[in-house]
Amino acid sequence: MKELLRELCQVPGISGFEEEIRACIAEKIRPHVQDMKVDAVGNLIAWKAGRRKAKNELLITAHMDEVGFIVKRVDDKGYIRFAPIGGIDRRTVIGKKVLVGKARIPGAIGLRAYHLVSAKEEKIVPDMADLYIDIGATGKEDAQKLVQIGDEIVFDSDWVEFGNHRIKAKALDDRIGCAAMIRLIQSELPVDCTFVFSAQEEVGARGAFGAAFAIRPHIALVLEGTTAADLPELKEHRQVTRVGAGPVLGLMDRQTLYDRELFERLRALAEKHGIPWQTKRTIAGGTDASAIQTTASGVRVASISVPVRYIHTPSSTASLNDCEQLYVLAERFIETIANEKEDL
Amino acid sequence: MDILTALQELNACHAPSGEEKEIRDCIQRMTLDRVDETHVDALGNLILHKKGTGPKLLFAAHMDSIGLMVTHIEKEGFLRFGCIGGLPAENILYTPVRFLSGIRGTIVPDQAADRSKLTLDDLYVDIGAKDEQEAAEQVRIGDTAVYDTPLNLLGNRLLSPYLDNRISCLALLKAMESIDKSPNDLYFVFTAQEEPGLRGAKPAAFAIDPDYAVVCDVTPAGDQPGSKHYGSSRLGGGAAIKVMDTSVICHPEMVDRLKALAEKNGITAQNDVIVKGGTDAGPLHISRSGVLTGGVSVPCRYIHTPQEMADLRDVESCAALLSAFAESALPALR
Repeated sequence: MKELLRELCQVPGISGFEEEIRACIAEKIRPHVQDMKVDAVGNLIAWKAGRRKAKNELLITAHMDEVGFIVKRVDDKGYIRFAPIGGIDRRTVIGKKVLVGKARIPGAIGLRAYHLVSAKEEKIVPDMADLYIDIGATGKEDAQKLVQIGDEIVFDSDWVEFGNHRIKAKALDDRIGCAAMIRLIQSELPVDCTFVFSAQEEVGARGAFGAAFAIRPHIALVLEGTTAADLPELKEHRQVTRVGAGPVLGLMDRQTLYDRELFERLRALAEKHGIPWQTKRTIAGGTDASAIQTTASGVRVASISVPVRYIHTPSSTASLNDCEQLYVLAERFIETIANEKEDL
Repeated sequence: MDILTALQELNACHAPSGEEKEIRDCIQRMTLDRVDETHVDALGNLILHKKGTGPKLLFAAHMDSIGLMVTHIEKEGFLRFGCIGGLPAENILYTPVRFLSGIRGTIVPDQAADRSKLTLDDLYVDIGAKDEQEAAEQVRIGDTAVYDTPLNLLGNRLLSPYLDNRISCLALLKAMESIDKSPNDLYFVFTAQEEPGLRGAKPAAFAIDPDYAVVCDVTPAGDQPGSKHYGSSRLGGGAAIKVMDTSVICHPEMVDRLKALAEKNGITAQNDVIVKGGTDAGPLHISRSGVLTGGVSVPCRYIHTPQEMADLRDVESCAALLSAFAESALPALR
């Protein structure tokens, strides 16, 4: 899990610009699936035969896109002005390393040095529109040789292992889900499954919508990275999820009420196999489940997520134990689908 | 059907969004001998079909209610919760609630919280447990609770929890009871998950693929002191014929048709425009290639509070109008 996740996190793939991560994943799963295609929105859809046909067809999905930025303009001095793609807190981006365009030109998100900031300015977080990326260009013309309007910008962040089985990287949301799916695909499955590595989740579950409509499954299992907030400044009941306390079972977020029977099935499985589990303590966020659930005549949805601190920053962190447990729980869940005798 | 008895029966059901089984079973029992086919879909919508040869009509009333879901149990045994649907903190202080298991409690604000900026994070449910362990023996994370307040008849007016949307379910059930001969192919959908965001109606509409749709919901009355007039209707003014809400602008043809039917049959009716709040008419009218959609609503005061108020005569008018529409001859659209 660790090596695979490390590799996936290093690959760029912001929403709408998923080519490189999609190619990386396709390479890994190609020998293990019977059918694979890329649809119009850029979802990677794979079908793998299991030991039997499912009574209730199962779709497993994780999104491969990550948050990032897009080039808005190159200013007169050769600095890159940019806009976010996906939910990014502007307070977290100043001083961060990025890679611009397909050529992955290195740059840094800049701001005037502290020495030159007035006491009043120091208290204000500048708007995203006032920040810029410095790619070391000598002027506008020089910069335009390397960068064009509409180029993608991705965080440049290394992989670090630290503390108690903790990892730090960019894009843990949702390369964790992608890594778990790749491992599932590389193993022998008890039942036929369709897998979707979805595009454009971070801008509003746009990829999953079309993929689910094309597939029309009975049940969908979403594997995700989710917000952790086990932070010193928050009271217990406001700590949405906690790192290292086990996978988060989907119950309710701002966009979805997950299928209760499937939630209870996941909870019972976790308890039976000694896997710690948690649910969100505050109702926040959303997943591809929101788009899948109401697709066509409706789909039963479940989710398993790994808590990620500092999510949507280049320094997102998670616990490898939580990741491993997400994988095991997903595997157990697939077994229950294989053993189903009734139409849901 | 006696509305009061039937309402008591529906009110006894535990049916927050996503967990509609009890009320679904109850409505299914009530309608058993009136329909040809019954189907429960993946979202939990109850789809009843009364076959006919004419155009396909879809009637929808959502059967879910708002509620609360336990998200955390404190060391001292207090329950923290999140909202299912719209649940403003100031509306629910000291409200009695009950869980599916019958466990009861009351909603209390943290004494240190600023009352003018109250959010759900400041509230907890006290079920009388002495500590975390005793609470956890009675309630699990993810368990849901609903208002546990009484139903009373005040003259012609009902004071009850969850008139949104039990009273519209009853209007539709009553209409189903009185439909005599209909040339149309009728679908009655008691939808799931309307409250958290009109989620159930969308897949139901896709599956049925209707020609016409009429949504029956409550609508905020604008006749109370200090009203901001989010809604134009008043209690006792009759069936509220939907012109617009934030999710739909009804097809003029549907508005005209419903108005004409009311006039022809001597049914008291009023036009209804609401500028805050959407209904299942939203997802219905933009399903597939589009659906001619209208709405017949019961005016209601104090929506989403533990005690909502509606007028029985309006309910009767809604039922009569729904049934008249079901029986009317409609142009074939395809």
